[in-house]
Amino acid sequence: MAVLIDKNTRLLVQGLTGREGTFHAKQAAAYGTTVVGGVTPGKGGTTHEGWPIFNTVQDAVAQTGANASVLFVPPPFAADAVMEAADAGVGVVVCITEGIPTLDMMRAMTFLKTRPTTRLVGPNCPGVITAGQAKAGIIPGHICREGRVGIVSKSGTLTYEAIHQLTRLGLGQTTCIGIGGDPLIGTTHVDALRLFAADPATEAVVLIGEIGGSAEEEAAAWIQANFKKPVVAFIAGQTAPPGRRMGHAGAIIAGGKGTAAEKMAALTRAGVAVVKSPADMGRAVRDLLT
Amino acid sequence: MKIHEYQAKALLARHGVPVPRGEVAFNAIEAGDIARRLGGRVVVVKAQIHAGGRGKGGGVKLAKSAEEAEALARAMIGMTLVTHQTGPGGRVVSRVLVEEGLEMTRELYVSIVLDRASGKPVIMASAAGGMDIEEVAAATPEQIARVFIEPGVGFVPYQARQLGFAIGLDGPLVNKAVKLLSALYDAYVATDASLVEINPLVVTAAGDLLALDAKMNFDDNALYRHQEIKDLRDLDEEDHLEIEASKYSLNYIHLDGNIGCMVNGAGLAMATMDIIKLAGGEPANFLDVGGGANAEQIRNAFRILMSDRNVKAVLINIFGGILRCDVLAQGVIGAVKELGVPVPIVIRMEGTNVEEGRRLLNESGMNFTTADSMDEAAARVVQLAG
Repeated sequence: MAVLIDKNTRLLVQGLTGREGTFHAKQAAAYGTTVVGGVTPGKGGTTHEGWPIFNTVQDAVAQTGANASVLFVPPPFAADAVMEAADAGVGVVVCITEGIPTLDMMRAMTFLKTRPTTRLVGPNCPGVITAGQAKAGIIPGHICREGRVGIVSKSGTLTYEAIHQLTRLGLGQTTCIGIGGDPLIGTTHVDALRLFAADPATEAVVLIGEIGGSAEEEAAAWIQANFKKPVVAFIAGQTAPPGRRMGHAGAIIAGGKGTAAEKMAALTRAGVAVVKSPADMGRAVRDLLT
Repeated sequence: MKIHEYQAKALLARHGVPVPRGEVAFNAIEAGDIARRLGGRVVVVKAQIHAGGRGKGGGVKLAKSAEEAEALARAMIGMTLVTHQTGPGGRVVSRVLVEEGLEMTRELYVSIVLDRASGKPVIMASAAGGMDIEEVAAATPEQIARVFIEPGVGFVPYQARQLGFAIGLDGPLVNKAVKLLSALYDAYVATDASLVEINPLVVTAAGDLLALDAKMNFDDNALYRHQEIKDLRDLDEEDHLEIEASKYSLNYIHLDGNIGCMVNGAGLAMATMDIIKLAGGEPANFLDVGGGANAEQIRNAFRILMSDRNVKAVLINIFGGILRCDVLAQGVIGAVKELGVPVPIVIRMEGTNVEEGRRLLNESGMNFTTADSMDEAAARVVQLAG
């Protein structure tokens, strides 16, 4: 078992004909993912690296039975591409693109509320990988091993770090979900925890957060009330200077939330094993599982 | 991206937000001329820097004549203004806003920002204007009224009336508030702003509602579609190393410690700073070289790192996913050869082609310290920085 993607995933690549799209489509296929084709408006009817290219997501879904999509679409067009995928009924939409304007994303998120069968992961994320089964995104497959631990993370390379530590300790992973570091994201820590709660193969979860917003505090509250499996958390930015990333008025809404210290305290209160050092994520999971 | 008060007021005025009459001056003579054009009565001379708290720092002064305005501008332009937001180093004032003085009866507050939790813009208003709003929020949160905007619908008049009444406006002032707040929201959307803040919003003795101060920040990701806003960027307000880094798509933030860091990925870069601190050291910077850094970026990253004289040792922490460790190693060796980096370098890398990368480093004949794990790397670099 796993969450979001697995052996039955039929993956569409939006932006397949671009450099990044091509590279990562090949990587996904090499990992064993069933990549069914690509979408590049204007190039419909052609093939690229052996894959059929479609003008619209709707055409692609009709002809390939795609049930998931990964986006390597430039920022000005990415929110549009997310909505197109949702409208075509794609179940899992993974948006890798970094740099999408916030207002574009706000419109896309409003649209997604009218398409409840679509789950967006990202944007500005490394995507999703289910160890030994499938990947949609840029997480390097060779560092993963099939195993017992789920990962949900705001950060890309810190996710790889966690994967690597778990692999080294022989614990392995079920599914690793990079949810992205943007202010507006489709799948939150809580959403990912809900998925892991229902997955019998996932015995523990590594939760990686960072400064800003209140997603980690919300995760802490949800864990305390609902989540029975052990959780290890690391929050990046314990030494980040205040005020460098958040506007003055943003701090009011957060109402004192947003610092690493507060997130760590909230998670600790919820019974989560919070590690101060990113080097300790894997070891802490091992300690909880043995 | 941030802009100056006078630029924000000009932008807001174009969207229909009432602001006081005034102009920017780059020298004292211009300041005097502007004061005369404004009628020669009371004017306000306001230092233009990208930081709040200017009044308390001596950057906002009243002048009763054009001559006095000129004298104030002469003293202000070139001075280093220190406020609670500038840090102890302060900022050099290079321009002042000269504005008509107004008799005001009330000072209010309004701002628009994205509420991340709901994914909607929120408009906040308060009757306690002219004060540090964070203090108001902490001490008397009930004094701040909020309305959330439905992105598909926009800001509707009843919400503006709600805010107006909540901050104690009535009669014709409420209608003026509806107009002003709607114009403010239009400006927020039209410019892809990330923050619009009017503090204070004032009621004048004549019964008008005006933005006496204005602060606007913009979504960097949307600047590609706003050349007119990009043109307002004032490089003098930014750290010169951070500007240099941005030219090479490097995300660099200058800090006060002595251990330079070079990392791929923002989360890992923050985590690297954290682990240095845990090991008893102080990071000199945050530096994210990105997922696909090439040799040229690594060379430039080194150059920028090393132009900070405080740096006594460097920690390179790379998790090679797409970026291969052998490519990174070649980049580091090339950069160190070319630039002659005079401080110890600790390298911790992991991921794709890591064995080949380590071999290249070990056989380079250069004095690199390699580490297998992040905690070991942090301990070594702290030790080497002394």
